Amino acid sequence: MADFKEISPNASAGEKLLNWVDNRFPASKMYKEHLSEYYAPKNFNFWYFFGSLALLVLVIQIVTGIFLVMHYKPDANLAFASVEYIMRDVPWGWLIRYMHSTGASAFFIVVYMHMFRGLIYGSYRKPRELVWIFGCAIFLCLMAEAFMGYLLPWGQMSYWGAQVIVNLFAAVPFIGPDLALLIRGDYVVSDATLNRFFSFHVIAVPLVLLGLVVAHIIALHEVGSNNPDGVEIKAHKDANGKPLDGIPFHPYYTVHDILGVSGFLLVFTAVIFFAPEFGGYFLEYNNFIPADPLKTPAHIAPVWYFTPFYSMLRAITSEMMYALIACVLAGAYLGVTRAKIPALFKTAVVGGAVVLVALMLSIDAKFWGVVVMGGAVIILFFLPWLDNCAVKSIRYRPDWHKYLYGIFVINFVILAYLGVQPPSPVGERVSQVGTLFYFGFFLLMPWWSRLGETKPVPDRVTFTPH
Amino acid sequence: MSDNAVDTSKRTWLIATTCAGAVGGAATAVPFVSTFQPSERAKAAGAAVEVDISSLKPGEKLTVEWRGKPVWIIKRTPEQLESLKKTEGQLADPESKRNPSDLTPAYARNQARSIKPEVFVGVGICSHLGCSPSDKFQTGAQPSLPDDWQGGFLCPCHGSTFDMAGRVFKNKPAPDNLEVPPHMYLSDNKLLIGEDKKA
Repeated sequence: MADFKEISPNASAGEKLLNWVDNRFPASKMYKEHLSEYYAPKNFNFWYFFGSLALLVLVIQIVTGIFLVMHYKPDANLAFASVEYIMRDVPWGWLIRYMHSTGASAFFIVVYMHMFRGLIYGSYRKPRELVWIFGCAIFLCLMAEAFMGYLLPWGQMSYWGAQVIVNLFAAVPFIGPDLALLIRGDYVVSDATLNRFFSFHVIAVPLVLLGLVVAHIIALHEVGSNNPDGVEIKAHKDANGKPLDGIPFHPYYTVHDILGVSGFLLVFTAVIFFAPEFGGYFLEYNNFIPADPLKTPAHIAPVWYFTPFYSMLRAITSEMMYALIACVLAGAYLGVTRAKIPALFKTAVVGGAVVLVALMLSIDAKFWGVVVMGGAVIILFFLPWLDNCAVKSIRYRPDWHKYLYGIFVINFVILAYLGVQPPSPVGERVSQVGTLFYFGFFLLMPWWSRLGETKPVPDRVTFTPH
Repeated sequence: MSDNAVDTSKRTWLIATTCAGAVGGAATAVPFVSTFQPSERAKAAGAAVEVDISSLKPGEKLTVEWRGKPVWIIKRTPEQLESLKKTEGQLADPESKRNPSDLTPAYARNQARSIKPEVFVGVGICSHLGCSPSDKFQTGAQPSLPDDWQGGFLCPCHGSTFDMAGRVFKNKPAPDNLEVPPHMYLSDNKLLIGEDKKA
């Protein structure tokens, strides 16, 4: 609690007002902490645009969402027509709607880039573990938002996409069917489902999302931003205690980010005006047909941002289960023979593996597909404790690490591509290999990240004034 | 009593009231979670549906809605009935033994999975993830289907295939045959879907 501050009677009206506020609310204090005296490393590059862009897209989604709700009707009999009404009859409604639908895809593009940045520069490592974990939780919320929002237009893809995903929960042993019933609120996806998804999409999840975004930023500003060199700028401070390699976020990075915003808006508006459906990737063609519970479209696929995970779901067939069992056994064998842990833990590893294999043999592959799909997201939360490399940034890691990260990205893109394709025998094999690689990348990281010769990390950030 | 000593009776009461508060809070969650359940109206909507099948010709399919799900009524041709013998070896559960109480009523536990051999009544929802399979009555080689295809259904979502009696083929994502709903004949050409004689 700060002491009450008196201000000179000669001060201007503005200063007096600010002083009045500051004595009652930490306005100047917060402005300094988060903007004018938040010191960010001066060597940020292109990849550092995406954090502020994610915030921009969040604002776009909230504002356009508020206006869409004014005209949309969450009723199975009216929903489809109300979306068409927004598109045709509401003045400029089409623009608001296309901003929202394109914003959803833009959100995922921006967030995937933002996560990739964190991945290559080691931004998740000590002391930024919580920044990363809040970020992963934001990613989960986004997925929930996108999934539930997609049901609202009540088109064929909305309906059958929700039908498939809700039925995934029915694969959980014992409680599955009741759980699916609880999610749908009916025996099939219906008006009850539409209404509760609407409620979650417009209020419940956004509230959680906003809270997490605040936590993400507070945690970040507590520890300070990482940078492409992965060195701590707080290690070198000037006489005033300011980092030598840091510059105030405002005005330096606010102005810098305006460049990113301009570039982003150029692409974003081009998509809105010239290709809002984006060839069926942002808005699927089948979703322009009203939901018909009696007829599934010939080819259903989720929207592009879910497809890598959807591919992994489809990859888990009863044949694939044998490969996974082999992986569990190999893991247990290595744990027992190679790991330096007490005998008690080794017994636990063997016991755990036996139980897991027994479950894998007795429960349907369908359930394990769901586990793999969920696990692919959940595993990200553990990244800070999987990476054992001596250095943070990809710049100073062994060269082959770069190729490995390159393959990881290509693998992710291939999985995404296969997820939009209809099922095929070749695609199935490729997605199975891709799934094993994805999990291998993370689960074997404690081992491979230690290998190889790292390069010397500079004391200060690499920066050429321009 | 010094300032640092723990007042155990106060602490006991704090723990007790916190626990009581937590129980109350948890109990309050019950009505909220309960609202997620199907409403009374949704439960009541499961009324039986009466269908007149007199105009259904051999080889034709009629779809009616029962409990929000598509129910297929198919009058199978003699060739289609014959095909059920050929597919027998490639099926996961040819005799409908799996979950019979949920999937196949006793009167349909036969090769044709029907009361009258030619008339098949089934819920057109794939047992994998709930898509509605498409008709593939045409026999022979075609995309996504084996070359010796005898006619049946293909689920567009994940490629599960079913024969003309809704029996699932082996090594497909769908674990079970298509559900045969409870149904009965009110007269020769009048079907009641959703109720059967024992009910």
